[in-house]
Amino acid sequence: MDIHEYQAKEILADYGVRLAEGGLAHTVEEAVQRSREIDGNVWVVKAQIHSGARGKAGGVKVCKTHEEIEATAESLLGKKLVTHQTGPAGKLCSKLYIEAGTDIAREVYLAFMIDRSHERIVMVGSAQGGMDIETLAATHPDAIRKIYIEPAVGLQDFQARTMAFALGLGDELLNHAIRTIKGCYRAMRDLDANILEINPLVVTRKNELIALDAKMSFDENALFRRTRIAELRDNSQIDSREVAAAEAGLSYVGLDGDIGCMINGAGLAMATMDMIKLAGGEPANFLDVGGGASAERTEKAFRLVLADKNVKAMLVNIFAGINRCDWIAEGVVQAVRNIGMTVPLVVRLSGTNVEEGRRIIADSGLPIITAETLAEAAEKAVQARNQAAA
Amino acid sequence: MAILINERTRIIVQGFTGRIGTFHAQEMIDYGSNVVGGVTPGKGGQKHLGLPVFNTVREAVEQAGAEASIVFVPPAFAADSIMEAADAGIRYCVSITDGIPTQDMMAVKNFLRLFPKQDRMMLTGPNCSGTISPERSMLGIMPGHIYSRGVVGVVGRSGTLGYEAADQMRRLNIGISTSVGIGGDPIIGSSHRDVLEKLEADPETKVALMIGEIGGPMEVEAGVFAKENMSKPLVAYIAGLTAPPGRRMGHAGAIISSAGESAAEKVERLKELGVTICPTPSLMGETVAKVLAAL
Repeated sequence: MDIHEYQAKEILADYGVRLAEGGLAHTVEEAVQRSREIDGNVWVVKAQIHSGARGKAGGVKVCKTHEEIEATAESLLGKKLVTHQTGPAGKLCSKLYIEAGTDIAREVYLAFMIDRSHERIVMVGSAQGGMDIETLAATHPDAIRKIYIEPAVGLQDFQARTMAFALGLGDELLNHAIRTIKGCYRAMRDLDANILEINPLVVTRKNELIALDAKMSFDENALFRRTRIAELRDNSQIDSREVAAAEAGLSYVGLDGDIGCMINGAGLAMATMDMIKLAGGEPANFLDVGGGASAERTEKAFRLVLADKNVKAMLVNIFAGINRCDWIAEGVVQAVRNIGMTVPLVVRLSGTNVEEGRRIIADSGLPIITAETLAEAAEKAVQARNQAAA
Repeated sequence: MAILINERTRIIVQGFTGRIGTFHAQEMIDYGSNVVGGVTPGKGGQKHLGLPVFNTVREAVEQAGAEASIVFVPPAFAADSIMEAADAGIRYCVSITDGIPTQDMMAVKNFLRLFPKQDRMMLTGPNCSGTISPERSMLGIMPGHIYSRGVVGVVGRSGTLGYEAADQMRRLNIGISTSVGIGGDPIIGSSHRDVLEKLEADPETKVALMIGEIGGPMEVEAGVFAKENMSKPLVAYIAGLTAPPGRRMGHAGAIISSAGESAAEKVERLKELGVTICPTPSLMGETVAKVLAAL
């Protein structure tokens, strides 16, 4: 689960990370008010959306007057911002973070993430901040320092020191750098974060160490024990179909194609989408309906898939283990009748109680196209899509 | 032979008396698995499904000779149950539970490493469908009837995609020695490589099939292992050709978050390493058949 920059900064402040003075604004008036409360004569207005690369998209603006703040706030609030991470739909900006301008002497990179190979938290740093780490890894791999943290004993001082020196923070900033690094680690560990990234961490001309940007993302599986974090979820930043899916207990990812999918199991869902692509089509979504799919759940899944107006055909692929094909078939028939489905539907059932499931589909009298194998199902779905589009 | 489990393996169910534990324990018993009891703290001394319930895994090991366990405990408590099994001397544990926090799994893996290698419990999962040695023992939640016995060892992250593979092979009269689901989470008990190592050592297995997906480095690491250490041919399919970067595709671990984690990149690397790639997910059975025919 992603959170906003201002939320990450509030968390990090509690863990001893120093920040520029700043405040949150929901309206143009609040934005101007915040800037009046902050000392100095340069402010930065930052759009609060769940995306990096906001600067290039016009979401971060340096302002020198309160009038400029007003104009900038006006231009950002209530607008959708498109960055190279948001996709073409962009993300709605409904909050701004107003921060005192920082006189930057140097930018470094500091992050903590879960390393899947080492099965540990890894601390990643680079004296070259400001760039995105993937680009840096591709162009200057030697400029990246990685330190792995043993989970039972946690981050040790010598490791924090080693990183501070690697970041060129060895002078009078050393103690503060160590406090910052250890604070970040504690936030990562204590709050079940997956990613904590400060890019850039800056040295100011007054020789202070400040987190200029902050990104945190949390383990969804741990939110049950991080209730304070769970409250930070902002559904306005998530595709509304995905929000509806999560509420129905379904796993859904919207894509750009036009063949809607309902499948049980994440691996089979990905494989079915691959098969659609190989058959010459494009999947409209990923949807794992999960085990124990009741008729009610199946109908919810259908409604979700069909809410996407691009969908020109739909493919259901179920390999029943815990599920039973007859339950799924009843759910499908009920969903088609209740929704008054108009796009062609291809259903492939396999596994437990398959004959009974196929009989229910056949006896329904509905114009459902059936398939026996994965390949046949994908081909028929692409065919049906092409006929519907013609 | 088979790997990890056979008809004699003495199995216990952790989370035995819960709704899900009860259902799948009965399915395993019906399949012929040698289930000898279960653990539910506080219900020790009772009988459930005609089998003894123990308070602790250690009691199950001492009194019922338990060797393998399957965990159906809810996510908040599952890591603890896995560590209890390891501490009690269980040799092989399958964790079905979906939704265990990543940092809990880091602690579990760290705990397992405290044991010397020869005493260390093998763990597969979490968030998997389990392991089956067809016609001998099922330690999982799969539909047992779609698996027939034979010479192909299977390792895969996904449950239902594994069923699809088993079904395709059965239609071509190809059987399976053991099929192991390793799970879809970012941090899991055993990797593809760990299972391939076992399959390589198993005299019954002639060919290995690896079913991978986007995210993480595990499939390529397995490919490197196969090239350097395996005499048996390895066939692979990688799911997620159409998955966009940065989006989690159902499984917590199925996300392209850095270079080398996409399906196309993994397929490319595996080809370079001499692994036979299934061109489509509907050709897993036929690809294995071709490799078997060439033996």
